[in-house]
Amino acid sequence: MTDYNFAYLDEQTKRMIRRAILKALAVPGYQVPFASREMPMPYGWGTGGVQVSAAVLTPEDRMKVIDQGADDTTNAVSIRQFFEKTAGVATTTQTAEASVIQTRHRIPETPLTEGQILVYQVPIPEPLRFLEPRETETRKMHALEEYGLMHVRLYEDIARHGHIATSYAYPVRIEGRYVMDPSPIPKFDNPKMEMAAIQLFGAGREQRIYALPPHTKVVSLDFDDHPFEASKPDVPCALCGAVDAYLDEVITDDAGGRMFVCSDTDHCERRRAAGHRGPVAEEDAA
Amino acid sequence: MSALAGGFTDAPVEAARAFRGIMEAMARPGRIEMVAGAVPPAPLSPAAGAVLLTLCDPETPLHLAGETDCSPVRDWVTFHCGAPLVAAEAAAFALGDWAALQPVSRFAIGTPDYPDRSATLIVEMPELLAEGAVLRGPGIADTAALNLPEIEAFQANRRLFPLGFDVLFTSGNRVAALPRSTEVG
Repeated sequence: MTDYNFAYLDEQTKRMIRRAILKALAVPGYQVPFASREMPMPYGWGTGGVQVSAAVLTPEDRMKVIDQGADDTTNAVSIRQFFEKTAGVATTTQTAEASVIQTRHRIPETPLTEGQILVYQVPIPEPLRFLEPRETETRKMHALEEYGLMHVRLYEDIARHGHIATSYAYPVRIEGRYVMDPSPIPKFDNPKMEMAAIQLFGAGREQRIYALPPHTKVVSLDFDDHPFEASKPDVPCALCGAVDAYLDEVITDDAGGRMFVCSDTDHCERRRAAGHRGPVAEEDAA
Repeated sequence: MSALAGGFTDAPVEAARAFRGIMEAMARPGRIEMVAGAVPPAPLSPAAGAVLLTLCDPETPLHLAGETDCSPVRDWVTFHCGAPLVAAEAAAFALGDWAALQPVSRFAIGTPDYPDRSATLIVEMPELLAEGAVLRGPGIADTAALNLPEIEAFQANRRLFPLGFDVLFTSGNRVAALPRSTEVG
């Protein structure tokens, strides 16, 4: 602990990130440029989220880190240990107990409350990037609210597939102004973005921070005749039987066998501890 | 008091706690939070001192308005933050009471490409109360209230959205915020 400054980053870096976070909160959905630092982990492993977490953590916080909903994958475990070591903060896997939650690609199933902070790891913050590769142009498009191209992209989905096939990183409009990439969360999670907690987004390689204050209006883009739908596999979780949680498909053999289980491991564990059983868990018990 | 005294005694931890208060205030307009740890020279409030120590450094041009533009404050800011002291038009942060900061149209409001390149005003208040002007917008579930020094200037600032300045109100060891996104009624 004493080998590092509190939360790893030096104070001037933290001030720079903190100023960016405040501007991001003042203009919800706008991507604030920041001078992203090299972190002791590769790009793509959450360097943006880690820098934002380092700038907001206090010694009193209890931190949770999830990767695709799971607390026990390499990325989640190593970031949790990073902050245990450099900030000395307590950690937890339980959503309700955490004050700061860093996430890669999921919003926890348990509704977040006031006093909690959700930090997203963002790979590509610019929702228009695959439509327009030039930063100078996308910046101008945001300035002019020129978002027609994004609707064209969704329309092309309908023309090709009969429905909007975009299933993750589904674009949202913030307070009727900025179109924002919610990071690659499944579109099932989009409606949860109107929440009581503060949401901060950090993109390390792309050097952008953006934010949503609590209760900010978040609308998933759609059409009158093709309304947004928060879809998920239409089966219960094989382990806990949950029908309202987002599910991962797990291949169980090389003969086409598969099962669907909760992607939120904390949610699934708590349900099983409370006695809920899914189809596979019941077979095992029998 | 010497300009060398009155900073954070444990900067990383105290700045982290102060920032949490400032961020909660900015994320929930009208919410009054505590910030502690700084002992700045008069006439600065401890909260204004903590905001300076938490957010200002050699990268942030600072404008001192009215009574705050005195030699004890200038020396304290120079030693603890190292922020260059500048005219209102060039400031990233501006400090003073509401009257001294007039006209607020002098401050940077950002550009359409970069709305973040706007000033943050640190407004010293006699007191902060959750009553008075009614606030609506991002960060507020229904409505909030705060004793703003006036209403019209903030309504005009809201009309500039996504451009505009953002405001931190300080009094004693308390801080509240009014980002440009808030509708004031």
